[in-house]
Amino acid sequence: MGQMITTTLTVNGKRHTVSALPDTPLLWVLREHLKLTGTKYGCGVGQCGACTVHIDGKPNYACLNPIKDLEGRSVTTIEGLSPDSSHPLQKAWIAEQVPQCGYCQSGQIMRAAGLLKENPQPSRQEILDYMQSNLCRCGTYVRIARAIERAAKEGAV
Amino acid sequence: MSYLTRGPRRGIGSKANTAGRRRDERNITSTVTEVAVMTGVSMPSRRRFMVGAAGFSFGVVVGVPPILKLAAGEARAAAAKQIVMSPWVTLSTDGTVAIMSPAAEMGQGSLTSLPLILADEMDADWAQVRIVPAPPNDKIYGNPLFGGLQYTAGSASVTGYFNNLRQFGAQVRWVLMDNAARHWGVPLAELTTEPSVVAHQKSGRRLTYGEIAAFATIPETAPQVVVEPVSKAQFRLIGKDVRRVDVPGKVNGTAQYSIDVQVPGMIYGAILREPMEGAAPDKIDDTAARAVEGVMKIVPLKYGVGVLADTPWAAFKAKNALKVTWSRSARGWGFSNEKGYEMFAAAAKDLQRKGVAWEVKGDPLAAMKKAVTVFEGEYRADYAYHAQMEPLNSVAAVAPAGNAVEIWCGSQSQTIAVTAVAKALGIPENHVKFNGMLLGGGFGRRGNRDVEFIVDSALMSKAAGRPVKVMWTREDDVHSGRFRPLYVNRIRAGLDESGKIIAWHHRVVCDRVLAFMDPVRFKTAKGRDNIAMRGTELPTYDIPDRMSEGLQEDTGMRTAPLRAIGVGQNSFATEVFIDELAVKRGMDPVQFRLQLLKNAPRARHVVEEVARMADWSRKRPGRGLGLAYLDYSGTQLAGVAEVSVDRQTGAIKVHHFWCAIDAGVAVQPDNVVAQTESSIVYGLGLALMERITIDNGAVQQSNFYDYQVPRMRDLPEIHIKLIQTPNHPTGAGQMATPLVPTAIANAVFQLTGVRLRQQPLLPERVKQALLEGAARSA
Repeated sequence: MGQMITTTLTVNGKRHTVSALPDTPLLWVLREHLKLTGTKYGCGVGQCGACTVHIDGKPNYACLNPIKDLEGRSVTTIEGLSPDSSHPLQKAWIAEQVPQCGYCQSGQIMRAAGLLKENPQPSRQEILDYMQSNLCRCGTYVRIARAIERAAKEGAV
Repeated sequence: MSYLTRGPRRGIGSKANTAGRRRDERNITSTVTEVAVMTGVSMPSRRRFMVGAAGFSFGVVVGVPPILKLAAGEARAAAAKQIVMSPWVTLSTDGTVAIMSPAAEMGQGSLTSLPLILADEMDADWAQVRIVPAPPNDKIYGNPLFGGLQYTAGSASVTGYFNNLRQFGAQVRWVLMDNAARHWGVPLAELTTEPSVVAHQKSGRRLTYGEIAAFATIPETAPQVVVEPVSKAQFRLIGKDVRRVDVPGKVNGTAQYSIDVQVPGMIYGAILREPMEGAAPDKIDDTAARAVEGVMKIVPLKYGVGVLADTPWAAFKAKNALKVTWSRSARGWGFSNEKGYEMFAAAAKDLQRKGVAWEVKGDPLAAMKKAVTVFEGEYRADYAYHAQMEPLNSVAAVAPAGNAVEIWCGSQSQTIAVTAVAKALGIPENHVKFNGMLLGGGFGRRGNRDVEFIVDSALMSKAAGRPVKVMWTREDDVHSGRFRPLYVNRIRAGLDESGKIIAWHHRVVCDRVLAFMDPVRFKTAKGRDNIAMRGTELPTYDIPDRMSEGLQEDTGMRTAPLRAIGVGQNSFATEVFIDELAVKRGMDPVQFRLQLLKNAPRARHVVEEVARMADWSRKRPGRGLGLAYLDYSGTQLAGVAEVSVDRQTGAIKVHHFWCAIDAGVAVQPDNVVAQTESSIVYGLGLALMERITIDNGAVQQSNFYDYQVPRMRDLPEIHIKLIQTPNHPTGAGQMATPLVPTAIANAVFQLTGVRLRQQPLLPERVKQALLEGAARSA
């Protein structure tokens, strides 16, 4: 049972070697080992999306991916989305004053970044469908949708 | 008294009381640890201050906010000197104005809006303002609306602090002008201010606030300055939609919540908690838990079993591996929603059982006897869960000697957190160093007097002898939730021969809330359960003889205020019942409300406005419209829902929601709109899907797969009209939530002719009601 393993992965363009129990979710490796706390714990079972990061370029739940499966893979977190909050989504999020408590917003933005990568000009319905995986208990959904529309319009992603 | 005008502001029409000796110039260099603004301030105050009726003591050192050391560039800031103007304001010679924000930031935006009120009256240049979360200190930073407790709840921050913050801002401005007047040898009355500048128009001389800080003397006693009454024209910042200061950190992952805190030597804790209040661990089998790699210690607690480990994952795994049998002593054993309803409904019906009076006006029982017809209605609501996105957690570092502690937490009350931790560790309060962090949602879950989720880490750190972060899993957060109680409301209305409501009697039977969540406040409230009963009062309806009374039961269930507190269910009962009465009278629901609101022009206005927005009288095939009106702590609101119903499944779809809201002066208008959007989405969940069920005393739900909350696709088109009126600002953080279930239920009636009287309006309940409705009309 147990037996720590060593895993080498790339996080925000930097190689890291971490030692952890093999079934440790990427979420806790990011947060507690690498101190990248922008990625949040919300449910641990892929129901809320607060832990959304990109794995090999695609949005994914950090809470559902054990570290043993991440050898050699590339992870981007909110901290790696842009060096200075200059990503069109981050600018749009500020322009629309989206966050309230803010806890889910890293995950929302990472999810939205995945959407715009796949579909740079989504319709409103496509936005609602794609963002269905991410909960916001403050109910900032109205502004999230508006910010994504703004980023799609204003920013070359 | 001459009142001030702005841009540039003219002289000062105030009576100064500066008889006390003036202090010499004092330059205070910060010696406290540098802490960025969002990570909170860690300065337990060592002195108590007298706060006079006119204001507060001036020039008393609380400590220079550490943010000043980081402000406006290190080099310049290092050379700058700071001068403490008051416990609320510290001015730097580089022009930086540090303003304390007394409330906890949990999404509602008061971290920005409270200092903004002070800055407006002080005429500070907002670009130079740095906001500092205030340290725990009820005497200085308490909310007058909560009897001076530093407590963030009830959407009461702006409304509670508004007058004082304006007064404090005016006093600081006066002191700066007084210093400039003496410096130049001119009468103070000839001076004006522009943002962070005092000007003497006659001579063309100007001094920035930063320049004045270099030579200012600060009076010992606060000057009495007359503040203009609320009137929109005079404000520079209020009403102008200043951007929230917490937003930038919330789009790049740098915003710090307590769950993000890491301190040197820290380990992790998880706790298997009792399945219900009062069920202590009886037998503990920790064999499997100890076998988890990384587990360091098992900690038996009164209310559960704790695990200490070197990683969160090891702590969670070990917690899940614990086998514990629980004592059967808890009151809640055997309880269920069904039993609760049975018990509460019987009590509600039995008029021999007197409740605790909440609102009594006129002589409702005598009036009821005069009624020609009496109608009755019964309404119910299930338990509901806060589901704040950040599961409960805290970090504590107990000193090796056990006589002091530093805590990091997200609490709706800074001082309650300090008191609870001191009590749990048996140490004096001034040995608790408090670090207030951003809250990943509160909604009422983090304001209980025992703050068990903060005490956790203090106890676990003491057991570990080193810093510990205790995190609740989402399952812990649900299983040990403290819910909006189970409700049965029963209303009787007496009508005269013309159909006018002449008597109103509202009985509320539910789990006790205040007695459980805050025994201290319950005692002060003399046994009246403010949380359970709010919303039964009817200040605006023309029903002179009315009463509401509460029968709150101790079922052993854990309860708490939940967004919109009692108003969420009590106004559902009232407003669905009113809708039923309108139908019985053969009146349009809008016209019926307007008739009842004949003496309340602000209330009439929101109803008329929302009816106009929704195009109320236009029929939509396959859709129904429903109205709800509410006076929530003075805020006037009305909402209309447009719905359709899937008759096969009973599922309700909300297509549009219109809301008109008048909260007086809107300090941050766009944020009032954002809070209203938020309240509506929250209300949508409570209305349609959110339900906690209890079986044999224990919670049946575990996570977001069996406790559903609204998602993006559930979103209706939301249309909000903010009506700004020159009245004292009232709350905005949760006011629209109760409108939603009510307007939806009333809309379903308009569409189907079937009444829904129980929250949430689950598909199976709707389906059942439709079947019963069909059977009745057959």
